[in-house]
Parts: sequence; C-alpha cells; structure tokens
Amino acid sequence: MSKEGLRYQLFSRRALLLAGGQGLVLSALGGRLYYLSVVEGDQYKLRADKNRVSLRLIAPERGDILDRKGRKLATNRQDFRVFLIPEQTANSKETLDKLGRIVDLSPRQLRRIERQIRRQRKFVPITVAEGLGWDRFARVNVGTPDLPGILTDAGLSRYYPDGHEVAHIVGYLASPDEEDVNKNPLYQLPGFKVGKQGLEDRFEAHLRGHAGTRRIEVNSVGREVRELPGRQNATYGKHLNLSIDLELQKEATKILGEEAAGAVVIDIKTGEILALASTPTYDPNEFTKGISSQNWNSLLKDPRKPLVNKCVNGLYPPGSTVKMLMALSALEEGLVKPETEYYCNGRHRLGDNTFHCWKRGGHGKLDLVGAISNSCDVYFYELAEKMDIDKIADMARRFGLGQLHNINVDGEKAGLVPTREWKARARRERWQLGETLNVSIGQGALLATPLQLAVMTARIASGRDVKPSLVQSSIEENIDPLLYNGSFGRMQVNPLHLDIVREGMEKVTAVRGTAYDPRRGKTAQKIAGKTGTAQVRRITIQERNTTGVLKNKELPWASRDHALFVGYAPAEDPQFAVSILVQHGGGGASTAAPLGRALLDKAAEITSRPSSRNTFSDTEEV
Amino acid sequence: MGTTRMFGPRRVNKNVFQRIAGLNWFVVFVIAAIAGTGFAILYSVAGGEWDPWASRQAIRFGAAIILMIGIAVTDIRVWMALAYPAWFTGLALLIAVELIGATGMGGQRWLDIGFMRLQPSELMKIATVMALARYYHSRDFEQSKRFINLVIPGFLILLPVGLVVIQPDLGTGLMIVAGGAAIIFMAGLSKWLFISAGGAILAAVPVVWQLMKPYQQQRVLTFLNPESDPLGAGYQITQAKIAAGSGGLFGKGFLQGTQSQLNFLPEMKTDFIFTVLAEEFGLFGGLILLTMYGIVLGYGILIGIACRSQFARLLAAGLSITLFLYVFINVGMVMGLLPVVGVPLPLVSYGGSAMLTWCIAYGLILSAATHRHVTLAPKGSGLA
Repeated sequence: MSKEGLRYQLFSRRALLLAGGQGLVLSALGGRLYYLSVVEGDQYKLRADKNRVSLRLIAPERGDILDRKGRKLATNRQDFRVFLIPEQTANSKETLDKLGRIVDLSPRQLRRIERQIRRQRKFVPITVAEGLGWDRFARVNVGTPDLPGILTDAGLSRYYPDGHEVAHIVGYLASPDEEDVNKNPLYQLPGFKVGKQGLEDRFEAHLRGHAGTRRIEVNSVGREVRELPGRQNATYGKHLNLSIDLELQKEATKILGEEAAGAVVIDIKTGEILALASTPTYDPNEFTKGISSQNWNSLLKDPRKPLVNKCVNGLYPPGSTVKMLMALSALEEGLVKPETEYYCNGRHRLGDNTFHCWKRGGHGKLDLVGAISNSCDVYFYELAEKMDIDKIADMARRFGLGQLHNINVDGEKAGLVPTREWKARARRERWQLGETLNVSIGQGALLATPLQLAVMTARIASGRDVKPSLVQSSIEENIDPLLYNGSFGRMQVNPLHLDIVREGMEKVTAVRGTAYDPRRGKTAQKIAGKTGTAQVRRITIQERNTTGVLKNKELPWASRDHALFVGYAPAEDPQFAVSILVQHGGGGASTAAPLGRALLDKAAEITSRPSSRNTFSDTEEV
Repeated sequence: MGTTRMFGPRRVNKNVFQRIAGLNWFVVFVIAAIAGTGFAILYSVAGGEWDPWASRQAIRFGAAIILMIGIAVTDIRVWMALAYPAWFTGLALLIAVELIGATGMGGQRWLDIGFMRLQPSELMKIATVMALARYYHSRDFEQSKRFINLVIPGFLILLPVGLVVIQPDLGTGLMIVAGGAAIIFMAGLSKWLFISAGGAILAAVPVVWQLMKPYQQQRVLTFLNPESDPLGAGYQITQAKIAAGSGGLFGKGFLQGTQSQLNFLPEMKTDFIFTVLAEEFGLFGGLILLTMYGIVLGYGILIGIACRSQFARLLAAGLSITLFLYVFINVGMVMGLLPVVGVPLPLVSYGGSAMLTWCIAYGLILSAATHRHVTLAPKGSGLA
C-alpha cells in the first residue's frame, strides 16, 4: 500500500474512533439529562417549587380596647394611605415633589423615605403618607397619572376616638424600631404598627391576633408574581375590656382642665378603677401617625409634663390626707382615745424647733374627730411624739401606701414609706423624732401616688382590703359588680377605730369642716373626705416674722403647694372612692375638694341611670 | 463506499451554482433548526417577546448562514493558501488584545473595532486547526508518526494557547489544545507517543492548578461540590440542575419554566440556555437538540473521511472536533459534569462570537465537502 494509502487508512480509522467518541459523549450527556430529569426529577421538582413558592403574611386586625360599657377607647378605622414603589418611577424625587403639593411631607418624612428607597428592594412599597382624609386621598387619586410609582390604598389604622382622655392608660402604637424589623416578618408589612406605650404595649400579644398567610409565586428577587391557592386568613386580635367608665373618665379630664393634676375614682365594692385621669394630656393619634419633632419637643419641655401619668407615675407628699392613718395607728396602739383632747395654739415646740399648725391662731381644744375634721396639725404633733415611726409605716402599708398595685399601667411607682431601717440604709443616719412629726402631717420623706391614696380611702371606707384593677379578663366575664361584694378580706383593724376615723372624714364636709360646701343641696349624697395641702418649699423663720407666710398666689407656680383631696360616697354605704391631686394647685380645700365632690357626684349619677346597654337589650327583645 | 450517493455526483471542477446545488442541504437545515431552537428559547426567556434577544439573534444567524454558504462554495485551495496567514493574523490579534484589549468578565478578551467586538481567541480556534491541517498535509505517513514533527505543531498550538490562557480564558485554551491534539492524533502520530503525552498532561495537573487564578480554582472546587455553597459560587450550578431536573420527561411546557421565567436561573440566555430548554421541553427536548448536534458533527467527520486531500480531511474532521468541544463543555457544565468555564452553547446561546465561529468553521467543513475530489499538491495549495 502506498504511503498515501496508509495515511488515509490511519486517518479514517482514527477519525471514526473520534466520531464514535463524540457519539458516546453526546449519549453520556443525554444520560446525564435522563438521570437529572427522570431518576432525580422528583427531588428537583420539589426544589423548583421551594424556590418559587413563598408564604406572605396577612396582617391581623388588632383588637379594640373597650371601656366597662363596651365603648371604644382604641379601635381601627379605615384610613387612606399612599405608597411609593420606587421601581415604577424613573425619578422618585420628582414624583415626591409633585405629591408634596397635594400631601404635606415633612423634611423628616422625606429623609425616612429616601433612606428606605436606598435600603429596600425596588419593588417593595414604601409608606409615604397615611391617615389621609378622603378629600386629599381623592386628590391624590385624581393626580395618579402624573404621579408614576404612587400607589393608593385603603387600610385599617389605629384610632383613639377620645385620645386625649385615655392617652395615659391605653398608650399608643408606633412603627417597629428599625433594628427590630428583622425579628418578626410581620414587622416588614408596610404600615404595620406595634404597641409602644401603655396597654397597647403590655397587651400587645392579646391585641395583635395572628397573621394569616397566602401562598404566592415569587421570582428570584422575591417579587410577587401571582397568588397561588391556599390562603389562610388572619385571626383577629382579642378585645381588651377595661374597668374605666369613659363618661366618668372624660368628666375627670374635663374638670382637671389645664392644671397639672391627677384624679382616680375606684369602685369600692369591686376595686375597679372607674377613672384614672391625668392632665395635661396628649393625643395618642398623633404618635401613631408619627409625631412631628416639634410637637414631641413641646411635650417634653412642658413643665406640666403631659407625658407623665400623674396618678401612678407621680410621687407627692400626701399632706393631711395621711392623718387618718396616723389616727388609726395611734388608736390601734392605744396611745389615744376618741375623747382625748389636746390644745392647739398654732405651734408646737420640740427641742429647739417649732412646728406650726396650718391655722395661725390655732384651733383651741380638740378631740380626735375634731382634729381630723379641722385637720389640726398640732394635735397630730402631740400624737406623733408618742408614736413609733415603724408602727406608722406598718399602718400606711396596710392601707396601700409604699407598694405597687400592678394595675398594668406604665411606670407605676411604689412611693416611699419611711422607717428607721430605711433611714439607716438610705441616709446612714438615725431616725429623729422631728421627722415623725413631719410624717404625721404627710410631709417629710413620705411620698405616695394618687392611686395609692384612692386605695387607702377605699380601704378606710369599706374596712376591706380593696385591690384596684383596671383590666377585665374578657368581655364574657362582665360580672355583676355585686358579686364582688365581700370578696375582699376584712382589714386587720378594729372596726370601731375605723368608725371614728370615718366620723372625722364625714365632718370634714360638714359645717366647720375643711371641705364644707355651704351651697351643697340637702338632698345631695353625703360625702366623706379629707383635704390635704402639701408644702413643696421650706418656710423660713424670717419669712414668718417679716412678710408672714406668703400666699400661694404670691408664689411662682413651681413653689406653690400641692392641693389634695381624698373622699368617698355615699357616706352611709360607700360606693366610690376618689383621690385628687392638683400639682402646685394651692389649698386642698379650695382647689382639690370641689373636684373630688364633682367626680363622686358624677359617678353616682352614672350608676343611678339605667345603663344604656340594658335599655338596648330590652328594646331588642321586644 | 457509498460516498457517491451520499455526497452527490463526482465532479472536480464545478461552477458556483453546481456547488450551491451540491451542498448537503439537510445538514444546513439541521443547523438552522438548532439556531431556531435557540430563537424559541430566547423568546421564552424574554417572557414571550421577540425583543430584545430572539429577533437580534435571528438577524445575526441570517448573516452568519450566508457567510457559511459563501465559505462553503469558495475553493478549498483558497483556504489552504490562507491557513498560515490566518494563524499569524490570529496570533497578532491575540497579542494586540493583550496590549490594548478591553476587559470583560475578569479577562481581556476582545478588541473593539468599531462595528463589532472582535474576539481573536474565537478566530484562533479555527486558524489553529487550519494551520495544523496545512502542516500535516505536507507530511507523509512516516513523517507524521515521528516525534520531531511535533515541534512545529507544538508551536502552532501552544503559542496561541499561552496567549489565551493569560487573558485569562482557560476554557478556550483547553479547547484549542484538545482540537489540536485531535488533529495530531488523526494525522497519524504514533499512539505510544500519544499515550505518553497524555501521561505528561496528567502529571502537569498539579502545576497547572498552581498557575490558575483564584477564581478559576474556586470554579473547579465549586464544580466538585456545588451544594457546599448554594447561595455563593455554587448557586449557578445548583439552580441549573434544578431547572434541568425539574423538567421531567416532557418539560413544563413552552413559556412555563418556573426556574427561567422567575429568574432563578443565572445567565440563562447565554451559557445556561440548555437548562431552559430542558426545563420547558424536558428530557425529550434535550435529547432532540443533542441528536441534531450529533448529526451535524458526525457529518463533519464523515466528510473528512470522504475527502481526497489530507488538508481537507484534517480540516473537516478537526473542525468537527472543535465544534463538538463547545457542545460537550457547555452541556456538561450546565448539568454539573464539568466546571463552569464560560463556554456558550453554539448557535443557541445569545451572542455573535460563538455563532460566527461555528458558521465559519462549518462553512469550511462544507467547503471541504464541496471540494472533496480535489487533490492538492503536497507543498502549497497550487494557488500561490
């Protein structure tokens, strides 16, 4: 064979070999595809589904917060929102500028929006404005063709119909903190809010409900393509029922007016708190929408501290309202008898110090009941000299001072009931007798909250260990208040001693008592009470000797006395206990007592009326 | 042999019309069918739109197939005369790309020459085969066997490979080496030399590993265990396998592929386009495409066997092997058999370079078929 023939033969053989190799390799590729799609196909089908199917949350509707008669303190209402979807506009800045002509957008909001545009994926809607009225919402909708990327939506948002009146109790919602957003997928829903303050915060789990889910098909960057079958709807949050009576609460807020003040009304039989008002107040709706920094700063700077709930966060010297406890302690210790008399000439000497009675000329001769009704300081100085501060503290604690009552309101304070042990620990000093004298008229280290004073009053009035409550467990257990009667244990105090103290309190509102109101009608319910005027400044000897004690009106606001009143009604069968504090309000008798009387009367009026709910069900049954 | 019927009437000198009429139109049709499959997938990838990819790809293919036929009817002696000049031009362009080339995808690969981007490494795949075929055309049986005659082919292969690898484009470098080796093998190099050379290459693997860039090493490691890093380097290959595997026997249907339509697949209009086909048309669709490639490539080798001149034989069979390597590397890569080296699926993947290479190369194969009865002098083409 020729060389050429050999060359051709070898080429042909080897070329065919390679052709066979090609065929083999192509078959192997086919075999690999067979292996992937048939042998392992099911596994890959599952994984393809896992890729594309995503669960999305449906926000649950938040439960309402209701008053004792089912009136809404916090609810949800339809509101209108505007979202921006950055990927649908070529120039989001221009779109926002145009929108800004219809909807007010603060620089702070714009900064937040810009931050979100940078951080989030471009198809995720960003909340631009919410809580729009119908009017503006309609104008945005009309302008939509000129507003690329703007999406309007109607949704539910939190609303407090009487926000100012209940702000300190229910609190408010706010957007989740930016660092919390990744903790719960629900927080990533546009416009989702969580409880930030008050009951909205404490009962978040109860109110929130459970998110629903829907199965959607997503693409590789997570954008929704379509919804797949298998939707699970969200479950509503539970309602929260409070013992508050909205009507009484509104009345309390109204009569406190512009003062820095707090008022508590307790149902003595059940311990339910009917009103817990603190002024000045604020609008929680503003917080839920996102408060402007200007408004926030003015709330923070206000010397009357609108954000503080004075009923539970504020600590005040109780002044003369503590005298009932002094009397009880002295009676229980056998240091005084109802008929024991002391002579008040307006001042009391202890060593080198002089202690003054509020009445400059003195009260003359008084027994125990007279000392309470006239609020004579000298009488209690006399008692205090014989008394043991630790025994006084024990009595104060038994009546609810110096402890938390855990009524589920933010920042509740325990107050301070001083003892020898406390002084040694806190000040590293021994207790001085002069301090007992100060405590005996509710001054010195003794500090209490209006809530504690209301509890004290309820316990004195009923002789039972009344425990205050604000939150009812559920709407089904709307129990008849009468069933509570007697459910609190008796106070471990001689009932006769309580009678003496109550007699003193009844005389406070009678002729010659500190809180006597000559205009009060004869048929009005009989009220028992006690006024208190707590000094917040030290009165120097020089002041007494030169100008005389300055009148409250002559002093700057922050140096004026706190005005206090505690009381209960009706005196014969106590139903309601009240406590009033007006910060720097002047005299307890002149400022606080009228408010206390008004609230007790209002509470009586509300209960005497047939409840609207009953008439309602009657008409329904007909 | 039944070559007469297979390739048309035996005639050495034919006019242009006879040459066009004599083309194997069945193979041209299969090539068009492969490209048409590509258009359909590009249409699907664009979400059921001709724009922006399918339409442009079709226009490109129209131009490329005219070029292919033009090459096919051009006298093989012209191609033989151009073999060495083409190789030198390619080498010069590779050097130019190294000096002034644009950088893309982590390597210097193309020259911007105004109306298009020229990728010299693509042209070099063809030019190297032409130059090797030209070289062995002038060596007889005894000479081709000898080791000494590996010196010049070695230069012809390793010079461009060196330039391509430093771009860096390891995939193309390997393709040139493999294509060149196939020609040397078919030209008749002693099989003992071949076996020992294979051993030497295996021994060189650790050295090559040291020379590879970190991203290339990472690709190899990811290939060996893609599931180890499903969201990082292994993401592509994992998603590609899910796409191919979830298609099942007959696929999810045209435009119904979830992996592709929802963008889970990476690079699906270019390197990973085969998995879109497998997802939407299943094993069935994948096998049909592989069969079409098999017909086209097998025909190239059969042409080589039918040719009278050694240049035409080696050109046709060598180019067939080179084109085969595209298919093998691409399909093997997207199904997780080979590391991800960035080789497109010829005619189907979106893009002009690989399509142009394929059509030029197949034009040369068809030119060999047209001129299979032409005998060429051992030294030179006879045109010089």
